[in-house]
Amino acid sequence: MNNYEKEKGVVSEFDLAIVGGRVIDPESKTDRIADIFIRDGVIKRIEKPKSKLGAKETIDAKEMIVVPGLIDMHTHLREPGREDEETIYTGSCAAVAGGFTSVCCMPNTHPPIDNQETVKFVYEKAKQAKCKVYPIGCITKNQMGEELTEIYDLVQAGVVAISDDGKPVSDPQVMRNALEYCRMFDLPVISHCEDLNLSGSGVMHEGFVSTSLGMSGIPSVAEEIMVARDIKLAEFTKAHLHIAHVSTEGSVELIRQAKKRGIKVTCEATPHHFSLTHEIIRTFDTNAKVNPPLRSKKDVEAIKKGLADGTIDCIATDHAPHSIEEKDVEFDFAPCGMVGLETALGLVVTELIEKKILSWSQAIAKLTINPAKILNLNGGRIKKNFPADITIIHPKTLWVVDPTKFQSKSKNSPFGKKRLRGKVFCTIVGGEVRSRE
Amino acid sequence: MKLRSRHLLALEGMSKDEITLILDTAETLKEILARPIRIVPTLRGVGVVNLFYEASTRTRISFELAEKRLSAEVVNFSASTSSVKKGETLKDTVRNIEAMKIDMVVVRHQASGVPYFLTQCMKASIINAGDGAHEHPTQGLLDVFTVREKYKRIKGLKVVIVGDIKHSRVARSDIWGFTALGADVSVCGPTTMLPLEIEKMGVKAYSDLDQALEGADVVNVLRIQLERQRGSLLPSLREYSNKFGITRDRLNRLNQNFTIMHPGPINRGVEITPEVADGPHSVILDQVTNGVAVRMAVLYLLSGGEGKVE
Repeated sequence: MNNYEKEKGVVSEFDLAIVGGRVIDPESKTDRIADIFIRDGVIKRIEKPKSKLGAKETIDAKEMIVVPGLIDMHTHLREPGREDEETIYTGSCAAVAGGFTSVCCMPNTHPPIDNQETVKFVYEKAKQAKCKVYPIGCITKNQMGEELTEIYDLVQAGVVAISDDGKPVSDPQVMRNALEYCRMFDLPVISHCEDLNLSGSGVMHEGFVSTSLGMSGIPSVAEEIMVARDIKLAEFTKAHLHIAHVSTEGSVELIRQAKKRGIKVTCEATPHHFSLTHEIIRTFDTNAKVNPPLRSKKDVEAIKKGLADGTIDCIATDHAPHSIEEKDVEFDFAPCGMVGLETALGLVVTELIEKKILSWSQAIAKLTINPAKILNLNGGRIKKNFPADITIIHPKTLWVVDPTKFQSKSKNSPFGKKRLRGKVFCTIVGGEVRSRE
Repeated sequence: MKLRSRHLLALEGMSKDEITLILDTAETLKEILARPIRIVPTLRGVGVVNLFYEASTRTRISFELAEKRLSAEVVNFSASTSSVKKGETLKDTVRNIEAMKIDMVVVRHQASGVPYFLTQCMKASIINAGDGAHEHPTQGLLDVFTVREKYKRIKGLKVVIVGDIKHSRVARSDIWGFTALGADVSVCGPTTMLPLEIEKMGVKAYSDLDQALEGADVVNVLRIQLERQRGSLLPSLREYSNKFGITRDRLNRLNQNFTIMHPGPINRGVEITPEVADGPHSVILDQVTNGVAVRMAVLYLLSGGEGKVE
């Protein structure tokens, strides 16, 4: 209760107010100072500043940017199976700390999310989570790339997409069937594009750095050949293909051309693929070992261009927790993946917005409304009667990444000691403050 | 003068002066090898462990002799007899070894970057005895030493490295070592065995052996490593031998006073014919002799020694 209410003895009409902030809602092309009023977990009023409306709790968002709650459409939560690395709960803590109000968890758990029971298990665990959790189901049973999962069953249980992420669907006939079958449900198929024969024993991008370090390389074409195949299959089946973690110049160009031809293809890029190059591997930091690998400067520039011209629809973290024990080994033997939920926004601000690659509105669209539309999620907007999932950002704050302070159970980030601009001040999920600086 | 680092991980980035210091020190130490009693007390009380995760005959013996001739305490460890099989991590293994008061570690491992990784796990000085296809710096140094001994210079010499450049740590160390001292270095091999953008290392790349050999002074012939032939980089050894084998007929393209090198072990009749390997221009056994002196120099300098050996 504020003083006015105390004096008058009235009960506020609203539960929460966010006042004085710069509200950016890409969907409605809103970008202005406004006050937001929330009741029962829903956005009820968006008013000009200094409105006389009262709320039980008020957040002063002056000098801050207020955006729809961020959505990460590519997260590994490791539960069930590797609860030592992350759980649905700890992953959700990392998510809200990083400004995400929704995450979509990939199904390569142990056991994998390839049946209704596991989907239900995830939803059950997600009841305790700090953010919304939407499971993605497997394309094939046990991610073996052979038999389709019971996709209708998975849809009934609430998956938002299917993917064998971590592994490609190598057999083109299986991929064709998956795309064709999913058209019935208007369900996107998320493809991890990698030709395993071409990537072989590679541990990093094939280029000058792999040449001088004598490491086996993963050539760009290992990704591009599958992007090209899947685009052809999407064209043929008229299904919705979403390409995960695009990393090469050639992939961006293939997708750009496919979109021009009207093929239903969308894609995402990760913050590490627009922030880092293979040069970082010269330090043999296993935290920088990811799949697809960090590529060359030319590829990074192409990703940025693809983000700027709209070829790349979304920014997704590919948050991939790994234990210290697994990562603190010879580079060749370390698993791929890095955590990303708590550095994503800072990297977007530092590498894309500050460097004038994207405007605030464009950048936020790729973290909110675009993934929401691709996955048919009810969110990604600041709009009357939409869920009150809201992220408040300090755009100017400079901070230094310290992985030991991460909420995530795992600390495998190559961004330790990096200075980033833009910090999450507050994350609101369903009208409740779930994280606050 | 002293070396900048306590470790020898790679020749990449090493200055001309540092390399020259090692070579000059090796020259002095080589005299010791010619004495009737080939031992000096320089490293008395220094604990050295030879940590070999990959099979090696020449390099391991060479290091062990170098250490013993400097009076170091030597312990040998090879992966087949260690706790590796019990699933212990490399980090745990080396920390246990270090707990037994070890000052220097000579490491060979199949994964690139392991010597660097060890510098992060322990306090000992680390010497790279070959990591994956990355570097083999003491081999690079002994190759440069052997050539310098013969020509009294490196600058301006034309050096050609022939073979599977992609998977060769010797090629990489040789490239950095010879180019640092001003040689003109080329690499030659089948296109499937030339790694991407190799020219950026400061070399010319050829797939035509005759072209590469034109006017060369030094030819370093690499072993074709049968165990590394995953997939089909080569249709057959026969075809390799026909196109890239160093035979007597091909030698007439070289400069008169040419030199043939090979890091061993040789596949006789595959990458090089026996008559060339054993011929008058071959320095293959000199390389082996010099390896001990060069490794003594490295051990001495990394343990804190300065230019002159007492």
